[in-house]
Amino acid sequence: MIPGAFDYHRPKSLGEAIGMLNDLGDDARAIAGGHSLIPMMKMRLASPSHLVDLKGIGDLAYIRAEGGEMVIGAMTTQHDAIASAELAAKVPLLREAALQIADPQIRYVGTLGGNVANGDPGNDMPAVMMCLDASYEIAGKGGSRRVAAREFYQGAYFTALEPGELVSAIRIPTPTAGHRAAYEKLKRKIGDYAIAAAAVVVTLAGGKIDTASIALTNVGETPLLAGDAAALLIGQAPDKALFKKVGDAAAAISEPASDARGPVIYRRKMAGVMTERALARALAQTA
Amino acid sequence: MAKSHIKMKLNGKDVEALVEPRTLLIHFLREEVGLTGPHIGCETTHCGACTVDLDGKSVKSCTVFAVQADGAEVLTIEGMANADGSLHVLQEAFREHHGLQCGFCTPGMITRAHRLLQEIKDPSESEIRYGIAGNLCRCTGYQNIVKAIQAAAAKLNGREFKEAAE
Ligand SMILES: Cc1cc2nc3c(=O)[nH]c(=O)nc-3n(C[C@H](O)[C@H](O)[C@H](O)COP(=O)(O)OP(=O)(O)OC[C@H]3O[C@@H](n4cnc5c(N)ncnc54)[C@H](O)[C@@H]3O)c2cc1C
Ligand code: FES
Ligand code: FES
Repeated sequence: MIPGAFDYHRPKSLGEAIGMLNDLGDDARAIAGGHSLIPMMKMRLASPSHLVDLKGIGDLAYIRAEGGEMVIGAMTTQHDAIASAELAAKVPLLREAALQIADPQIRYVGTLGGNVANGDPGNDMPAVMMCLDASYEIAGKGGSRRVAAREFYQGAYFTALEPGELVSAIRIPTPTAGHRAAYEKLKRKIGDYAIAAAAVVVTLAGGKIDTASIALTNVGETPLLAGDAAALLIGQAPDKALFKKVGDAAAAISEPASDARGPVIYRRKMAGVMTERALARALAQTA
Repeated sequence: MAKSHIKMKLNGKDVEALVEPRTLLIHFLREEVGLTGPHIGCETTHCGACTVDLDGKSVKSCTVFAVQADGAEVLTIEGMANADGSLHVLQEAFREHHGLQCGFCTPGMITRAHRLLQEIKDPSESEIRYGIAGNLCRCTGYQNIVKAIQAAAAKLNGREFKEAAE
């Protein structure tokens, strides 16, 4: 499997990369870890004539706390995110989900920026970012802008990114200490994309659920925020029957494809089951 | 399309070449340099037979362009043996504990296990299994591969290796 021919560029700064992408136009693509793009190029599902490698840009790989947010540079690898003690302590959901992506070799090179920008509904980070209400810093010719993860995904491989723009960082509002979170992913085998997966973040006040958010992976053209399902939790005491009802409500908004990962009816059901299990695990000590 | 000039340190030696940018690292290693230790199993980033060490990370060389490795340090199975030609502890352990049958997955398994043992000095069985999840073996059922890696870890930590009761 040999990809189509292309010219290779390795800019040294974000500005230079954006300049190149704008000058080279539609036939140019950014490459980060390359672990979504290269497989597509090998199958000739993508044949860019220019690849702009973001790897030489030194200052895009970092994890730091800024005000009430955790900021993650786009070129931070999944491996580095997993290794960060600060992220593990403050946003355990992200680490838990990253550990379920692909396999060690892929996590060493696959980046968070690539994972969220790719637009493949099979990617795990987008639903995690929607659940956490993260936003993406987007750099372009005219400067930078911020787009909420919840507004970013428009269809399979269609996002709010305009040609010539790059995601430079991900900003996650640090969840309150003591929040509960879980990511449940059903897959055929280790290293596979999800049949269905669910991310949940909840907070409690006086034994009742105070805030809740739920997002689903790979059961629609985009990751899905299950807002109505999450609303059913508010003000309630954690309870198994409630989790089932919320799971059913989450499943109801899913629109999975029928493919090698199973028929629609099964994947929709599993979207509900993953939601239910994620809630049960996140709230295990209280339910 | 212009060819790119690349340089890398490959198994400790400086290598320079002109490559088409679309040349995959595995093809560069096997066809240009003649290192046929890294194997091509699936070509689709699943099997790990093509695993090499790139700047201290295990990567599937069928999913990296050779140009991306420009300036990098690369280690393949050919660079694992000790300077005097004797087998590396991991190679010895795979031999001793029957960590291979047909041997097709072995170069990838050993280079991956090498990196794993750099990161986790004394991994548990489950850490080993999770750590080699990107490498498939059609023959052994993994049991003896895990055992070989445990034995190598014990040796590297100056401990005697005791097999768990079967
Ligand atoms: C066998 C296999 C299994 C996998 N399993 C999973 C899985 O279970 N879950 C999962 O989430 N992922 C999975 N992946 C995908 C992997 O995690 C990718 O690494 C990740 O999706 C993309 O990151 P990347 O850095 O490799 O991006 P690349 O492949 O380099 O880029 C992907 C796309 O995003 C664009 N892009 C990259 N960076 C930016 C940026 N900063 N700004 C704007 N656009 C950008 C590129 O132009 C390209 O279109 C798997 C991959 C393989 C090969
Ligand atoms: S040949 Fe590279 S992963 Fe199988
Ligand atoms: S020994 Fe044959 S594939 Fe592993």
